[in-house]
Amino acid sequence: MKLAFLDAFTGALDFIFNQREAQTGGVEVGGLGQVADLTLDHVEVSAIALTGSLAIAMPIGVWLGHRGRGELLAVAIGNAGRAVPELALIAFMVAFVGVGLVNVSIALLVLGIPPILTNSFVAIRQVDRDAVEAARGMGMSEPEIVGKVELPLAVPTLMSGVRTAAIAIVATATIAPLAGVVTLGDLILSRNVYGDDGVLAGAILVAVLALVVELALAGVQRLLTPRGVLLQRAPAAV
Amino acid sequence: MNPGVAAHLPLAQGDDFFQERSDTGCVQENGFFCAQWAFENFDRYMSPLLEHIVLVSVSVFAGFAIAIGLAVLSHGRRWLVPPLLGLTGVLYTIPSLAFFILLLPITGFGRTTAIVALTAYTLQIIYRNVVAGLANVPAASKDAGRGMGMTDQQLLWRVELPLAVPELVAGLRIATVSTVAIATLAVFAGAGGLGDPLLKDITFRTNVIVAGGLAILLAIAFDALLVLAGRVASPWRKVRPV
Repeated sequence: MKLAFLDAFTGALDFIFNQREAQTGGVEVGGLGQVADLTLDHVEVSAIALTGSLAIAMPIGVWLGHRGRGELLAVAIGNAGRAVPELALIAFMVAFVGVGLVNVSIALLVLGIPPILTNSFVAIRQVDRDAVEAARGMGMSEPEIVGKVELPLAVPTLMSGVRTAAIAIVATATIAPLAGVVTLGDLILSRNVYGDDGVLAGAILVAVLALVVELALAGVQRLLTPRGVLLQRAPAAV
Repeated sequence: MNPGVAAHLPLAQGDDFFQERSDTGCVQENGFFCAQWAFENFDRYMSPLLEHIVLVSVSVFAGFAIAIGLAVLSHGRRWLVPPLLGLTGVLYTIPSLAFFILLLPITGFGRTTAIVALTAYTLQIIYRNVVAGLANVPAASKDAGRGMGMTDQQLLWRVELPLAVPELVAGLRIATVSTVAIATLAVFAGAGGLGDPLLKDITFRTNVIVAGGLAILLAIAFDALLVLAGRVASPWRKVRPV
């Protein structure tokens, strides 16, 4: 009895590694081949969306932060973004805009903007003003100050926004099949095809993917952070 | 096949919730917002809304209690802070839908699963903020408490934790607002909530606006309530320093 849930997980692992006939009959589902395909689809739509969020939100956040303007806007967008239910966002796209890769990418992109915008703003703002003044005194131009002083010092906070956005996007891509884009979430949402083992396998794969993305971005953050900043103790995030 | 896993997901339900969608013009044409339909059918959203409120309240309260417990445990044992932050961080990283499904074989289809997962999500934010709040307590306040002869325990409960209330409330607000949003997915764990009507007809515009709008309004209401509670719990903040 108490081992019943272990059976469930054994079945899910079997689904991941071995093909089987679909519940609906006819086609083969599961196995590493399909898992790899679905993972790539999931990564693809997530990567498109994250790139879009970065391209839009980071320049605006950095610029506002450098100018020291629009604090209310940056913070308000960050707060509002948390209140948007992922399911409602996808439902909104389905009901009002349309389904398919482009529409889903836009929905996920929108989801990634608030954390990146707010964190880039805060990251640039909290750079030591003395460092900026020193750079100006050395005759650096404004773009040089942003590129050579503010951005390198802002990497930890800035990247924490990117990580939050990436995790939100990967998580929400799980329900993308509701809007006609097949991802790993299809295993979870199409129980009638994949069966209970497929559903649980989907959940395991999505969880692992999210953790891998988080670890990979933590690695990127470490690579981008200047050594001098790494040596300081990281301040507690609020 | 596996009795532990739910036998049915909400998607499979052939509910007659929106059957009369073919009634009137606006509804049939799936207009931008059919006010009349929304008005006449608003009562159908009440029990999902109540379920949503219960899910969020119970989860945030449980998360609050556990996070405070962890913060008290790791207070004065600084080496515990990084592993606890790491552990709660891992929980926070797992996508909510996956979390619900992973728990199904263990805690079963229903409210328990949703509450366990939602509680786990709140831990990271609340714990991190309590730790930051305790770290920001002015040394002078602690010295004053010691000078009055307080023990470590008294100092923690009567001086340090009360002074950490602003950071604590900030954490609670973030956690609560996120939980309201994530709880729309609790329907996949069999726990109802506003995700239930949302999923029943995801293409019906009026339904999406009412269900999604209620979720956002609920988040705003919870947030306002916490701001108010924070003011009541930190009366000294009204006093301007001279």
